[in-house]
Amino acid sequence: MTSSPVLILDGLSKSFGSVRAADAISLKLFTGEVLALLGENGAGKTTLMNMLFGHYMPDSGKIEIIDGSGHAKPLQLGNPQASIAAGIGMVHQHFTLAENLDALDNIMLGSESFIHLRRNKSQAIRKIQKIMNDSGLVAPMDVAVGRLTVGERQRVEILKALYQDVNILVLDEPTAVLTPQEADKLFENITAMTKNGLSVIFISHKLREVLAFSNRIAVLRHGRKVGEISSKEANERKIARLMVGEETKVFSKKELQVGEPVLEVDNLTISGSSKRESLSNISLSVNKHEILGIAGISGNGQTVLANAISGLVKSSSGKIKIDGKNILTNDPSNIIQAGVGRIPEDRHKDGIVGQMSVAENMIIEDLNDGKVQSRGLLNHEAIMRHCSNLSSKYDVRGPGPNASARLLSGGNIQKLILARVFEASPKLILANQPTRGLDMGAAADVANRLLEARQRGSGVILISEDLDEILSLSDRIMVIYDGKLRMAETHDRETLGLMMAGEAA
Amino acid sequence: MIEIFQILLTESFWAASLRIATPLIFGVLGALICEKSGVLNLGIEGIFVAGAMAGWMAVWLGTGLWGGVVVAAIAGGFFGLIHAILTVTLGLSQHVSGLGVTLFATSVSYFSYRTALPKVSSPPRIEPFRPLEIPILSELPFIGTVLFQQTALTWLALFMVGLVWYVMNRTGLGVAIKAVGDNPNSVDAQGLSVYGLRIGAIVVGSALMALGGAFLTMSAFDAFFFGMVNGRGWICIALVIFASWKPGKALLGALLFGAFDALQVRMQTEVGAKVPSQVFLAAPYVLSIVALVIAARRAEYPRALLTPWFKGQR
Repeated sequence: MTSSPVLILDGLSKSFGSVRAADAISLKLFTGEVLALLGENGAGKTTLMNMLFGHYMPDSGKIEIIDGSGHAKPLQLGNPQASIAAGIGMVHQHFTLAENLDALDNIMLGSESFIHLRRNKSQAIRKIQKIMNDSGLVAPMDVAVGRLTVGERQRVEILKALYQDVNILVLDEPTAVLTPQEADKLFENITAMTKNGLSVIFISHKLREVLAFSNRIAVLRHGRKVGEISSKEANERKIARLMVGEETKVFSKKELQVGEPVLEVDNLTISGSSKRESLSNISLSVNKHEILGIAGISGNGQTVLANAISGLVKSSSGKIKIDGKNILTNDPSNIIQAGVGRIPEDRHKDGIVGQMSVAENMIIEDLNDGKVQSRGLLNHEAIMRHCSNLSSKYDVRGPGPNASARLLSGGNIQKLILARVFEASPKLILANQPTRGLDMGAAADVANRLLEARQRGSGVILISEDLDEILSLSDRIMVIYDGKLRMAETHDRETLGLMMAGEAA
Repeated sequence: MIEIFQILLTESFWAASLRIATPLIFGVLGALICEKSGVLNLGIEGIFVAGAMAGWMAVWLGTGLWGGVVVAAIAGGFFGLIHAILTVTLGLSQHVSGLGVTLFATSVSYFSYRTALPKVSSPPRIEPFRPLEIPILSELPFIGTVLFQQTALTWLALFMVGLVWYVMNRTGLGVAIKAVGDNPNSVDAQGLSVYGLRIGAIVVGSALMALGGAFLTMSAFDAFFFGMVNGRGWICIALVIFASWKPGKALLGALLFGAFDALQVRMQTEVGAKVPSQVFLAAPYVLSIVALVIAARRAEYPRALLTPWFKGQR
């Protein structure tokens, strides 16, 4: 890179309570480059970008913008409007689109005066058309955003940023909800835009796309910048080591002889109120000593499939057999009795009862067990003993067994759920997005526990959007798209990606 | 049955429908603006009382009728601001705050009335708005009586329907209000103030609600009575859902309710001997519930309705 810097972050720090989310981070961005910002969850990536965009006020440090003629100007901190005026655009991890408005209204939002009684839509459309031509990002402008696909919404989100005449674009995990093909297309567009002088910072934790599409990589850990390397010199091992501070563990998966089936689903059909709540003619089986991976972009029926097997929805037709016995759908307690351990998708909402204590949450599924009660009365001491045993065995850290479960961090809530599920020695484990939002350490812990359960003889259904996770853990892989399941014959990224997009592999 | 058709053919029935609908039009539009921005305003019932009381009192003290309208709007805006601070700035429960504002506004209004007129048994009367006679048009058969013998406040209400529709659908401000009621982060990300938009919408919406109350004391009647609002605010909350948050449908809903009410009064005199009067009194509410059940199933709520938003928490 021979070009000049456009943005200088100098010693930015930000604390939330006793947590130092960003600790004296300094960073430079050069004209026309793609800088990848890498780090585990909670490393400070989003905090740093929110300071740049004025959503957070830094405790100390400064930000400078260098204009076309080379003059450095300090940016007014903590003021989104100043950041927009300085040419910084941000595409947030969670879409910031109003779904009741069409794309054009979303893009024009905030760029027009409130006093004017007339809107100049045609001028806006001309400008957007030009941006679409230059960048290759295309999305329908006259359809309510709520009816667009996630890929289209992502493009609207970027067009919205570009419409403000940005020269620095920040993308926070832009590919989290895209298929691999959509993601590749997005990066092609971004590369095209940098040719016209746009500078891009993107946050990701997908090493593959970071290596393929960035010029430079900055790695954050525990709120500090721990390394900065040119992408050409980097490889996955090198970056992973920087991110977690040590070599990542590679999962050791033993070859095992699979046993008899523990779950058989036969022609299950559910007609929900919308497409994403429906399943059509789903058949699958999971055997002992086996992990069945179910890949797919979220919203294609994963949630309703998991709910059906957990007994939370009623099927229209079809059978579910656990351990060879037919079970009723829509009968959760019976399903737990039959030996199904559930790791729900939304761990905060469905996995724990937040207001109840950690100890209560640990025993909530086996209240009838003689270990914790006799004649209907709970044995407090036994529960406490049970809880402290499990807490140390599963490394659940937090303010103690009597504290409300909602006070635990996401990773510790997941460990609590794992403790509850695995201690019941389930025949079948239903893990729906078990590592979503967890940092690498906690995610590796979950993966190891699942492999351990497989070793012990459980059958596991692993529903995940993370292809790497599916590929490294599963014995067999199925892909869910539009409420239908298909077996993947070959286990490679390309094939699975196409199947996830609904195309014939 | 025949009686109903005879009533439907009279001029006075249609004129009464529009007159009864007028306060509801103001109220529904006000509630619509608040809810479009994402905040339910259950203060409406009390704000009606405050508007009725403040407008009438101002006229009685000598501000003139239009002065009274302005005072009513300011009173409504004031109680709206209380609701806005509690629900938007502090992010408290919109239900609890709204009911609190209703109790507070009602009590303050009754209290000021009693303080100003401690010894009066029958309330003093003011000279209310007169029907707006328009040469030629007012003499037209049927239409002349129905449309052109209404007071200025009814015309203002109808004008407001058009104005609210225009602002909501044709201006940048309307786009921003709809956006803040769907996903406040969309507004925040564009550098606009979520708090500013919501507080503004609640204050303006509440001012409109107060005009609904003012119509009662300054046009429909000529004095202030205890209990005169009589649930009209609550009807508006239901009508907004019936109208699916659209100003045109809000007008339709208000007119429909007005027509039910006008019809029941006339039915009482026609067949009152055979059927208890309470049946007729209840009819508009029962029919409203039926209409609501049919319409509400398809209603698309503003997604962020009832959800407080805090800066920096995402």
